[in-house]
Amino acid sequence: MSSDVLTAGPSASLRGRQRYLPVMVTAGLLVAMFTVGGLRYEAFASGQVVLNVFIDNAFLLVVAVGMTFVILTGGIDLSVGAVVALSTMVTATLMTDHGWSPLAVVPLVLLIGSALGLVMGCMIHYFDIQPFIVTLAGMFLARGLCYVIGTDSISITEEGYTAVAQTQIALPGEMYVSVSVVIALAVVLVAAYMLHYTRLGRNVYAIGGSEQSALLMGLPVARTKIAVYTISGFCSALGGVLFSLYTLSGYGLNALGMELDAIAAVVIGGTLLTGGSGYLLGTVLGVLVLGLIQTIISFEGTLSSWWTKIFIGLLLFVFILLQRLISARRS
Amino acid sequence: MNARERGPRVSAAAVIRHRLFWPAAVLVLLLLANVFFTPGFLSVELKDGHLYGSLIDIARFGAPLILVAIGMTLVIATGGIDLSVGSVVAISGALSCLWITGLEDQQSVTGVLTAVGVALGLALFLGLCNGVLVAGIGIQPIIATLILMVAGRGLAQLITDGQILTVNSAPYKLIGGGYWLTLPFGVLIVLAVLGITAFLTRRMALGLLIESVGGNAVASRLAGIRSRGLIVAVYAFCALCAGIAGLMISSNVSSADGNNAGLWIELDAILAVVIGGTSLAGGRFSLGGTVLGALVIQTLTTTIYSIGIPPETTLLFKALVVTAVCLLQSPAFREKALNRRRRRPQAAPASADPKVKVPA
Amino acid sequence: MDDAPAPILRMRGICKEFPGVRALGDVDFRLLPGEVHALMGENGAGKSTLIKVLTGVHAVDGGEITLDGSPVSFTGPLAAQQAGISTVYQEVNLCPNLSVAENILIGREPRRLGRIRWKEVRRRAAELLARLELDIDVSAPLSSCSLAVQQMVAIARAVDVSARVLILDEPTSSLDAGEVEQLFRVMRRLKAEGIAILFVSHFLDQIYEIADRMTILRDGRLVGEYLTSELGQVELVGKMIGKELKDLETLENAPKDIAAAERSRPFAEARALGRPGSVEPFTLTIHEGEVVGLAGLLGSGRTEVARLLFGADHATTGELSVGGAPVTLRTPRAATNHGIAFCSENRRAEGLIPDLTVRENIILALQAARGWARPIPRRTQDELVDKYVNALKIRPADPDRPVKNLSGGNQQKVLLARWLIVEPKLLILDEPTRGIDVGAKAEIQRLVAELSDGGMAVLFISAELEEVLRLSHKVGVLRDRRLVAELPNDDDLTTGVLMETIASGGRA
Repeated sequence: MSSDVLTAGPSASLRGRQRYLPVMVTAGLLVAMFTVGGLRYEAFASGQVVLNVFIDNAFLLVVAVGMTFVILTGGIDLSVGAVVALSTMVTATLMTDHGWSPLAVVPLVLLIGSALGLVMGCMIHYFDIQPFIVTLAGMFLARGLCYVIGTDSISITEEGYTAVAQTQIALPGEMYVSVSVVIALAVVLVAAYMLHYTRLGRNVYAIGGSEQSALLMGLPVARTKIAVYTISGFCSALGGVLFSLYTLSGYGLNALGMELDAIAAVVIGGTLLTGGSGYLLGTVLGVLVLGLIQTIISFEGTLSSWWTKIFIGLLLFVFILLQRLISARRS
Repeated sequence: MNARERGPRVSAAAVIRHRLFWPAAVLVLLLLANVFFTPGFLSVELKDGHLYGSLIDIARFGAPLILVAIGMTLVIATGGIDLSVGSVVAISGALSCLWITGLEDQQSVTGVLTAVGVALGLALFLGLCNGVLVAGIGIQPIIATLILMVAGRGLAQLITDGQILTVNSAPYKLIGGGYWLTLPFGVLIVLAVLGITAFLTRRMALGLLIESVGGNAVASRLAGIRSRGLIVAVYAFCALCAGIAGLMISSNVSSADGNNAGLWIELDAILAVVIGGTSLAGGRFSLGGTVLGALVIQTLTTTIYSIGIPPETTLLFKALVVTAVCLLQSPAFREKALNRRRRRPQAAPASADPKVKVPA
Repeated sequence: MDDAPAPILRMRGICKEFPGVRALGDVDFRLLPGEVHALMGENGAGKSTLIKVLTGVHAVDGGEITLDGSPVSFTGPLAAQQAGISTVYQEVNLCPNLSVAENILIGREPRRLGRIRWKEVRRRAAELLARLELDIDVSAPLSSCSLAVQQMVAIARAVDVSARVLILDEPTSSLDAGEVEQLFRVMRRLKAEGIAILFVSHFLDQIYEIADRMTILRDGRLVGEYLTSELGQVELVGKMIGKELKDLETLENAPKDIAAAERSRPFAEARALGRPGSVEPFTLTIHEGEVVGLAGLLGSGRTEVARLLFGADHATTGELSVGGAPVTLRTPRAATNHGIAFCSENRRAEGLIPDLTVRENIILALQAARGWARPIPRRTQDELVDKYVNALKIRPADPDRPVKNLSGGNQQKVLLARWLIVEPKLLILDEPTRGIDVGAKAEIQRLVAELSDGGMAVLFISAELEEVLRLSHKVGVLRDRRLVAELPNDDDLTTGVLMETIASGGRA
């Protein structure tokens, strides 16, 4: 009898598989959307359409990766869109107006983003202020700094930079991707490795599961929480660099509301907003779902762009409800 | 004997300790700064039976923000937050303008009233949805209202078909741009809403129940308070306020812009509430503080215009204000600052140990 | 005195003060290798504080701790853990979203070049569990395991750090009998390996089953150290609550008209009312004007009974009738509508709204019952508040002061006043006199007697037997989450009898 009580039993492994359920739902949704698109529109079912989704959303993917780290700890970062805008602005003004080399500008931009994240992380942890309000202040600050630099769009004409932006990396089957896609995928791989194979990554999950427990288990909670916001700041800055590669300009009104897209991608990707559960693969799928919605709407032609927001809102609603049901059943 | 201690002499200290002192002081300071830059700033004159002047402008342009902030105050007092108010502002403006453009006679008062009714009805419904998600299904407020924040913008654009809907209706123009009894009509609406809210929360017992639920939800349940209906009502009220603000904004410019109407107003409203001294953790709230907070924000914007700083930098100032206010409200910050001043390490507070009871 | 092996851990003359409270005064404690040592005491006796001082959560104000003969002083639980003192708490402090293996090893996963070696993690976790003779799927998420298994995982994590001292702080509170047996098997195994185990539990049976030795604390002071085999249950209870059996017999009981209470109409009747994991089905009748006392040790199910009667928890079995009609109480609001009121023992978390004023806290329940649209007129408020501030001697007598600034006793009176103004028919008082000074205590006791004379039914829960006996017409005795006896408070009922009933579970 004793071993009956203590063996987790076959149901445990079944429930273990339930962890992948949200990601599988998202994957299924993606496949369904792609199938419907392929049946409805002629040119839809080509590899390049998928690759274009990556090309058009590489920056969002990077930003969403950073957001995944934050949300996994149970926090939230509202400053990402503003940091993206600030990064495009700093990049553009330094290269166009001051003639800096991209080799100096890009590291500086990444440093600014990380530093901003670091400061926000410290405020959240040491002064115990809600992440929501701290990153809101960060958002105001970053947007405000954009306008201090300039209120108009600044285009980027630096030769090396535009060359990189226009490079198409050929793939078999006459398909291609941009440099941004390669960078974004590299970021995803590094981040996935960090989350799964390093102590920092596991601590992120532990804090999301129960911060109190993580503290009592002797895990470095302070360091991890601050690191997470720093990573998000870094990813936002990198996202900004990719955004400036995509548009070849810097503008203070860039990436308005991107924080919402990033949060939506993470949630649709199956990461619990309360933290502790989710995968980077899900975030990638979430970004693809958002991108595919845009693609389908542009293929449809008669549907206007605002349907994107409505669909994203509906998906958010469904997935949040799903999350709630799953967590309710667990407890 | 207690009463004697609180004689007139202590009143100076009592004034400083009053929780509306700091927001009021900041407001006065801002106004004085304006007088310094524009000497005639405080003057108000009567022209054609209307009051004119910078102060009136601040009240007039600040009216939508005050309205949204009043609703937000109650939501925050229950321990929640409503991010969707900006979208509701856009939706309500869009729907009423759409309705009016469909009227045969845009000057028809009944037609405009119906438009207002329909728009506010939708706003109320959206608020109810928020409330049900929060109190009924138990989703965190930030997340529950995030849904409408995202989808609502799309909905507003859907209503206006992505265009900027312009109307030419005198009765509608009155709401946000007209005057009545020498005062801007919008200011009168704000006074009315403020009066009703103050009546419901302070003369009726609604305020006590809201503060109780926000202050200690478990104890409130055990005291027999039905918090669910209360929370749903508060979110509905907040959306209603946002709806009225949306009417004002669209009426003032006689058009509806689904994309930009009410953009960032949720953040300004939260900021106004926080400046007004209501804690984001819920509990005690102050309507007067919120109004002062909203006026501070509006005056700040006006000041930046009149001093000649690029208006876009307002955001920088807001960032500083949010940071400062939050740090002052943070118990952890205060403790750390105090400890440094006292220069001696505090023992772990007794509250860290749930089993240690309040000493008798 | 010492015929045992040298202690691995010794605490001498430990003192600890919190602002205004002396939590520990000159306490000695020792722990021998390979023994299970129970730390006993009622609520507030200082058990938790002693454990927290030992593991470095609190710094000591005086005294000395030696581990293996050398003095130690830990900066926190982590430092204590590294020195070989690990703690497992009642609430499992693990991460439910992580796998069993990860929970055991997180923070010290085997790595190569910074990369976590997952195979090695699982292998080592399985090894550790095997050492405890546990067969658990280490890659299952912790949330899919039962509470008992989670407890074992916590122990596995604790002993992995080459523990020499293992502290188990109320690990059995949420376990059922079979699960407790599992835990004890693991404990015996660890004991055989020479690990010293400090065990805290409120279940006397468990203490007598597993513990070799016990140390009893009362009011922050050491009562003594005893071999379990040499101390009977009745003596143990006596030492915990601070009365010797022979002292108690002589205590006078106020005469009670028990028969009159029994003759009056029953107000609330619970038949086999229960809730799994909370309290076993119990049957209890409370008459109008009757004071029913509930006696029992901490964790015996006293509060749980009250919560079921108030609808704070939902009863899953049995039925309840109030005033003769069957009712189902799904919410506290339903209970208040039936004239039932409940003062929680946990004033701060479940009673008061700290930011609100004394006045607002007092009128809260009445206002909730009236609804928001019918505010209590200011003059009525003043009358009610003044009446109870004076009657209960709430100090300072300033109704507009935030209630968080009042002392514990005055806070308790505010809570009482809140329920008295709704004029309930049944008043449930859970530990109304705990942590308050003697004067306030006497006032509250006098008040309870007056209320019952006025026809109100009162359910009075207290850890102090004298108090229960002084006030009650009859006393229900709880033990291990079961109502084991219902005794009329006649001349034969003494604290001694109550103690014996608590100790024996009514079987004797």
